[in-house]
Amino acid sequence: MPGSDDTGTSGAATGLGRGFRPGRAALVVYLMAGYPDRATSLAALHAAAAAGADVIELGVPYGDPVADGPVIAEAAGVAREGGFGLAETIELAREFLGEPAEGAPPVHGDTGTGHTETPPVALMTYLNPLMRFGLPRAADAMRTAGVSGVIVPDMPPEAARPWLVVAEGLDTVFLAAPTSTPSRFAAIASASSGFVYCVSSTGVTGERATLREGLAGLVEQIRAAATLPVAVGFGVSTPEQAAEVARIADGVVVGSAVVRRQHDPASVGEFVTLLRKALDRAVANET
Amino acid sequence: MTDPLLPSAELAYSSPDAQGFFGPYGGTFVPETVIPALEELTAAFAEAIADPAFAEEFGTLLEDYIGRPTPLYRADRLAEATGLARVYLKREDLTHTGAHKINNTVGQCLLARRMGKHRVIAETGAGQHGVATATAAALLGLECSVFMGTEDMRRQSLNVYKMRLLGAEVVPVGEGAGTLADAVTAALRHWVERVEDTFYVLGSAVGPHPYPAMVREFQKVIGEETLVQLEGRLERTPDAVVACIGGGSNAIGMFYPFLRALPPGERPLLVGAEAAGLGVETDRHGAALTKGSPGVLHGFYSYLLQDDAGNPLEAYSISAGLDYPGVGPEHSYLKDEGFVRYEAVTDTEALDAFALLTRTEGIIPAIESSHALAMLPRLAAELGPDAVVVVNVSGRGDKDMDIVREAGLGAG
Repeated sequence: MPGSDDTGTSGAATGLGRGFRPGRAALVVYLMAGYPDRATSLAALHAAAAAGADVIELGVPYGDPVADGPVIAEAAGVAREGGFGLAETIELAREFLGEPAEGAPPVHGDTGTGHTETPPVALMTYLNPLMRFGLPRAADAMRTAGVSGVIVPDMPPEAARPWLVVAEGLDTVFLAAPTSTPSRFAAIASASSGFVYCVSSTGVTGERATLREGLAGLVEQIRAAATLPVAVGFGVSTPEQAAEVARIADGVVVGSAVVRRQHDPASVGEFVTLLRKALDRAVANET
Repeated sequence: MTDPLLPSAELAYSSPDAQGFFGPYGGTFVPETVIPALEELTAAFAEAIADPAFAEEFGTLLEDYIGRPTPLYRADRLAEATGLARVYLKREDLTHTGAHKINNTVGQCLLARRMGKHRVIAETGAGQHGVATATAAALLGLECSVFMGTEDMRRQSLNVYKMRLLGAEVVPVGEGAGTLADAVTAALRHWVERVEDTFYVLGSAVGPHPYPAMVREFQKVIGEETLVQLEGRLERTPDAVVACIGGGSNAIGMFYPFLRALPPGERPLLVGAEAAGLGVETDRHGAALTKGSPGVLHGFYSYLLQDDAGNPLEAYSISAGLDYPGVGPEHSYLKDEGFVRYEAVTDTEALDAFALLTRTEGIIPAIESSHALAMLPRLAAELGPDAVVVVNVSGRGDKDMDIVREAGLGAG
């Protein structure tokens, strides 16, 4: 199983773990590949990276996104109409990872770590596009493109063997939910590599006014089972919420609130800058 | 529930395995949020069917509430018109609410109540499963919401009204084509959100484990009764048994007892009729087994109508109950093993069969069931005039009056 013996050093070299650094809350930014078109989504990727995203979660457009809310589902529909699927998404990632944005400013913040390299990319895809493409072929294409890993919301650990045996060198992030039982936290943690994705609430992705009570306890339970970093997503939509999450988790995933701005890469950059500042402030106030 | 027809010798047919796989098909491919609920359901279902008290309560409702056993009717005028020696019709259209769907919804709602869930949700295509769920929910005092595509709500407005009368909330689903697949997705999403207090009553032999096995369990009464009813009336096994396939619940309910009771060489030819819509050579059909390829949709691995990028395609059929891009995983397994033969029937053939049964026997079948009836002339040509065929008439056609009128039936 790739990454299962990950001590944090091998993952830090090439994997998603590189996005998680001590003294800094990782900002995981979700963007939909090919939305509203290829060029704009590429510009949005560069804008997010330049504004301080630590990990990019790149969505693969799919026709039945059962875990996603209306913003991401509609963006997927637009991207699919533009001919976007897994192959096109991998190609987009290859281009993004191959050519860092020119003149990308160093990240704002008081951690002093600097941030000029391109953040690692995880593809967020449903299982069937992977299967249709062919699991070994998909893994090869991702490795060649420089993609660091995948998040597959409809592939629980029990169903992941066929993927994991071909996914050497790629991190596979599994999701833990508020409904997960303690024994499942252990299974999810041991199957995951890169980081563990904590779903903040039941339901689909999308912006929510308030975060679920008991989130801190949930993150603690996952932490107790995992040696990997824990990132929280689903429903995080404002800098204030992101800061709240940064106080209890290693990373914050922001999706729908970014995709809603994705038609305008400049506003993606501005929004990611606000999130970055909020996270850095939250961590600074902690210490 | 015991299986009186099950030979104690080594099984000729057994599945699924503990993970819900029928051969390579089935399984559990869903977001983590609902996995614990599926585990809870799997355990509760296993416990319930091992409990004689549950079997007794379900058996009593099947008999007194649903009106079972349903007749096995010998349709001589239909046999003559189609060139067969005998045709037997399994009259699921005579159940309470008029379709086989009620067997499953009463079973699942009993299980919901046993698990302490006060609220049930369901998806529906033709509306039959929605009405059957609303009915069982009313019977057992459960709160009920039914997800239905807007196109289906238009095609089946009477069933929408019935569900509301029965006290259910009907939630319109406008995404996609506004048909069954969209309703399943919406119901799954809702379940992910309300999983803690809600039981999802799935209407066909589809979905993640344990649904395909559970729906089969509650529908197998169709085939069990048929086997008993044939005894004494027929000196030999019938030559063929036919059922229509959308997700495949009435078909698996009919076929499974035959698969269990008889070894492969002694079984009748089992035939599943799926929707060819405007023709399988067009892109307007619902023939997942005939034209699809294996993939994952709605939490399970099975034959599926999909594009090159793995997106599910919109299925089409004149019948709202058959326009589903996937099919129950057990049917995919049965196809690959050669245990069941699957053929596709066009809208036109189904309408012809609808008209024929109506005029020869005075029985108005559902358009779904008409797809099974449309196999009769084909089977007569293949098996000859001495053949005996059983057809599962899965539901009655009252709900389809507007559609057959639009199609111009009865005008001339």
